[in-house]
Amino acid sequence: MSRVILSALLSHWRRNPLQLITLLAGLALATALWSGVQAINAEARASYDAAAATLGDGQYAQITARDGGAIPQETYVALRRGGWAVSPVIEGRIDGVRLIGLEPLTAPGGLGPVRAGGEADLGAFLSGSGQVFARSDTLTRLPDLAAEPVTAPDVAPNTALTDIGVAQRLLDREGQIDRLIVLPDQPLTRRPLSDIAPDLIRSAPQEGGDVARLTDSFHLNLTAFGLLSFAVGLFIVQGAIGLAFEQRRPMVRTLRALGVPLRRLILLMAVELALLALLAGGIGVALGYLIAAALLPDVAATLRGLYGADVAGQLSLRPVWWLSGLGIALGGTALAASGALWSLARMPLLSGAQPRALMMARSGVGQATIAALLLVLSGALALWGDGLLAGFAMLGALLIGGALALPPLLGLVLRWAETPARSATAEWFWADTRQQVPGLSLALMALLLAMAANVGVSTMVSSFRLTFTGFLDQRLASELYVRAADAAQADMIREVARDHADALLPLLSTERQVAGMPAKVYAARDHATYRDNWQFLDAVPNPWDRLARGEGVLINEQMFRRSDLSLGDEVTIALGTGLPVLGIYGDYGNPIGQVIVTEPLFRDLHPEVTALRFGLRSDPGQVAALRDALKEAGIPQAAMTDQAALKRMSLAVFERTFTVTTALNVLTLAVAGFAILMSLLTLAAMRLPQLAPVWALGLTRRSLARLDLLRAVVLAALTAALALPLGLALAWALLAVVNVEAFGWRLPMYLFPLDYLRLTGLALLAAALAASWPAWRLSRTPPAQLLGVFRNER
Amino acid sequence: MNVKTLFLLLFLPAQTMAQGFAGLGTTADGFATPQPDRALEFPADHGPHPAYRIEWWYLTANMTGPDGTPYGLQWTLFRSALAPRDGEGWDTPQLWMGHAAVTTPEAHHVAERLARGGIGQAGVEPAPFQAWIDDWAMQGPNFDTLTLTASGPDFAYDVDLAATGPLVLHGQDGYSVKSAAGQASYYYSQPLYDLNGTLTLPEGDVAVTGQAWLDREWSSQPLAEDQDGWDWFSLSFDSGDKLMGFVLRGASDFTAGTWITAQGAVTALPDGAFSATPLSWHEVTGREVPVEWQVRLPEQGLNATVRAINPDAWMTTSVPYWEGPVTINGSHTGTGYLEMTGYEE
Repeated sequence: MSRVILSALLSHWRRNPLQLITLLAGLALATALWSGVQAINAEARASYDAAAATLGDGQYAQITARDGGAIPQETYVALRRGGWAVSPVIEGRIDGVRLIGLEPLTAPGGLGPVRAGGEADLGAFLSGSGQVFARSDTLTRLPDLAAEPVTAPDVAPNTALTDIGVAQRLLDREGQIDRLIVLPDQPLTRRPLSDIAPDLIRSAPQEGGDVARLTDSFHLNLTAFGLLSFAVGLFIVQGAIGLAFEQRRPMVRTLRALGVPLRRLILLMAVELALLALLAGGIGVALGYLIAAALLPDVAATLRGLYGADVAGQLSLRPVWWLSGLGIALGGTALAASGALWSLARMPLLSGAQPRALMMARSGVGQATIAALLLVLSGALALWGDGLLAGFAMLGALLIGGALALPPLLGLVLRWAETPARSATAEWFWADTRQQVPGLSLALMALLLAMAANVGVSTMVSSFRLTFTGFLDQRLASELYVRAADAAQADMIREVARDHADALLPLLSTERQVAGMPAKVYAARDHATYRDNWQFLDAVPNPWDRLARGEGVLINEQMFRRSDLSLGDEVTIALGTGLPVLGIYGDYGNPIGQVIVTEPLFRDLHPEVTALRFGLRSDPGQVAALRDALKEAGIPQAAMTDQAALKRMSLAVFERTFTVTTALNVLTLAVAGFAILMSLLTLAAMRLPQLAPVWALGLTRRSLARLDLLRAVVLAALTAALALPLGLALAWALLAVVNVEAFGWRLPMYLFPLDYLRLTGLALLAAALAASWPAWRLSRTPPAQLLGVFRNER
Repeated sequence: MNVKTLFLLLFLPAQTMAQGFAGLGTTADGFATPQPDRALEFPADHGPHPAYRIEWWYLTANMTGPDGTPYGLQWTLFRSALAPRDGEGWDTPQLWMGHAAVTTPEAHHVAERLARGGIGQAGVEPAPFQAWIDDWAMQGPNFDTLTLTASGPDFAYDVDLAATGPLVLHGQDGYSVKSAAGQASYYYSQPLYDLNGTLTLPEGDVAVTGQAWLDREWSSQPLAEDQDGWDWFSLSFDSGDKLMGFVLRGASDFTAGTWITAQGAVTALPDGAFSATPLSWHEVTGREVPVEWQVRLPEQGLNATVRAINPDAWMTTSVPYWEGPVTINGSHTGTGYLEMTGYEE
């Protein structure tokens, strides 16, 4: 019997292939977006884990220099001779690849590819020109290092491992160590660290995993986007399932009248849906893989650019995410179908012929209440919430609340629009539109979400772009930037600058720990370039004068927020040197802290740092002449970058950062447009009984079609009107909450009315396009079919 | 001689590792090989010989606590060269390894250190004598007066050593043959140190006194290809006489040794003169190891049983082996040290 029932159930899909396609496509798209994002996250996390396993990040306690600088090799030997079981590590970059030097004899077991008693050839690793271990794709990116390259697939991406001696030589840092790994087993007796090396500090194991912590917010961001896309997709799925169940009510009634037990019927319908969900989920996972593979290089570039985290640019198939993709497809279908199955279970045996009436009755008070509650919750979270999770919870409550509020609000607006209507046609138009809302509400909610996300994210990205270009103008004030290979070339540049440039600004910097976080300390020469161009978020009066007198420092916004510093607070920039904060400046180029001190003070504190990079001020028209003069002095062309090129490059990095966001955004909007088309198409057939009387009263098919088109545009316009405030609220949350947590900067919010207008235009156009086919079909409906409505008596 | 060349194994490629202790029988490409006619010179020869592949400063001691409890102590510094040259900084092919242990009748505490030469983390200076790796050191104004320190996660010791007799040169004036095929090493000992100092154990500090025995040996290819392990004895009899003897296990066993009388007279023992036969075996970390031996040296009337004070004296180091204090009963009585290598799981 089950086979017969199942074939009766499936016959519905055969007769309505469009519904089947809608269901499958909606579910597949939703699963694709979700599992695509999950694949990206899984790949990135696997890369972090590989890095942690290779480098011992987070597993072991570490000893670093208090000032964040290098540790002399003699200090390492002194610590060993004082009884400390520590192992030295040096790090640097060669052509963008992270090169790590380890000492295999003292490194803890399981760290690095080579260790005493391991499988690799320790002799070859230690002696002669040495060996470099990396993945094969990493090895191809490295220049010829005069060391034997060895392919090692389990090394972290974009990372090369070698002996510490080889690394010191390749990085030109003989005798220097960056950090010491503290082994878990220490001898019974050892001298205190403060006796041997008071400049060093020991940090507990978990503090090593900075990358994971930093990038958490980025991945949470992606996950939120994935969920949003999935939610939009689920609207389509629920629409399609709801419709199919409503249409199958007569069939269910017939089957039950024939004696099919309700329980078996429901079970078989669930089985049918599960099979469809698995099919769609499979397609979705495959699509998700394609999406992830297409986006991963950009994600990898973003993570590297923003956080310095190395993620493989190639995707590997992980069972975790394709299983989770199928799981979420099944779960989503269950969620979307539960309402339909429930109402089916409660359906009286002899009713069910009036599906439309039932749908009308369902709109209502309950949904409005939930919507109101969610919106209040999101407001409360905005006011009192704290942290990234609260920010995302606020976003969720806002979006879902907004979406749920849409149908009741549309009902109100339409009823209000109906009141002044005078002609019978107008009155019918508004009443009929109101009647359409429940059937279209899911598609409209999807459109609302997609538009709101689009408005929100594009506002954020555009605000960011505006701020960022302004920031680039401030920061890249010099007309030409030159990099010297050594001190002799630096002297040469100084000499040329004396004759050909208006001013020469050395760019001096060093890395060290400031206020408990890794930071870069920069030197600023007292020059009009800085005074004229730099803007502060907050500053004491005459900050540049006071900075020049060495009375304080300037810090970037990241340091201000993360270390909770404010104007006047003292910052320790070197052992025994603490200076008050004079100003806080916006810094949108990186997530780490920055401190600016005046040049003479910097040279006092760090005499070992020599300036090898310079900014040259000159009349923009004279830049070419300046370049020629430098070239004549033997500075290679490749060492010079002019301002315009640098800005172009920085903007390119910026654009890549948001490629992922924009791509997901566009996909979401496309899914919503598809939802509208499908809803209208499926509704069209059902609406015939309602249109037939109006046609019979004298309205032509053509004008009926025109009115249908108009109705779609009106509904889309109303939805867009509601999407705008929702989108702006979303933008605010992204700029003021999520960005601060994820990147450490808060951006001013700019409005882009033209963009919104264009987006609204696009949404209207999409609605009109989606409605045009059903309308065209309506205008071509044979009169016999309309007459048939009366004959068949429904 | 004690053929404690484990260190070399540690630094050989994995393929060689798989051959076990037989790996010591590889050829000595480019390294110097011991010659029978070279006279040892002191204090220079207390220092390292980088042209040879392997070398060690190997001290063992039998001690007693205030309550008469017997203790054993080991302090070893190995040098191994990846290439026959010295060098500055990380570039040097000279590698160092330290092993330290304290054995009580109930417990056996072990620690190991590894270091690269050339950066000051480990090394040996002949005069004033100083041998060190990390915080472990054996040092003093000369080779006769030394202090010895080492520490591990659960033990430490700090003892003073004072020599009461001359150095003993093994084999032919320090040229010690290791196989019938002629493999050899330079080998001398200081078997007569008076020891007193402190052991730091989990249960507290213990004041100890006793006797220590220091071995010095360097070579480039000490074993024949077919030899895969050895059993080495350093025995101090209550009569004042001492015996160093070893069995190299191979296709056929090779034995050698040195008899040192209480007066300091030294006799080198030819292959076959000394013999040692296992009497009972003990399972430790999954392998059977002989912990009771019958040792014989007929020409000195020696026929005694050597028994481990703690049969679980297993060295859980990179290359594991058995090393611990023993008691002697039979024709002679006394204490000593036993080392056994090459016992596979």
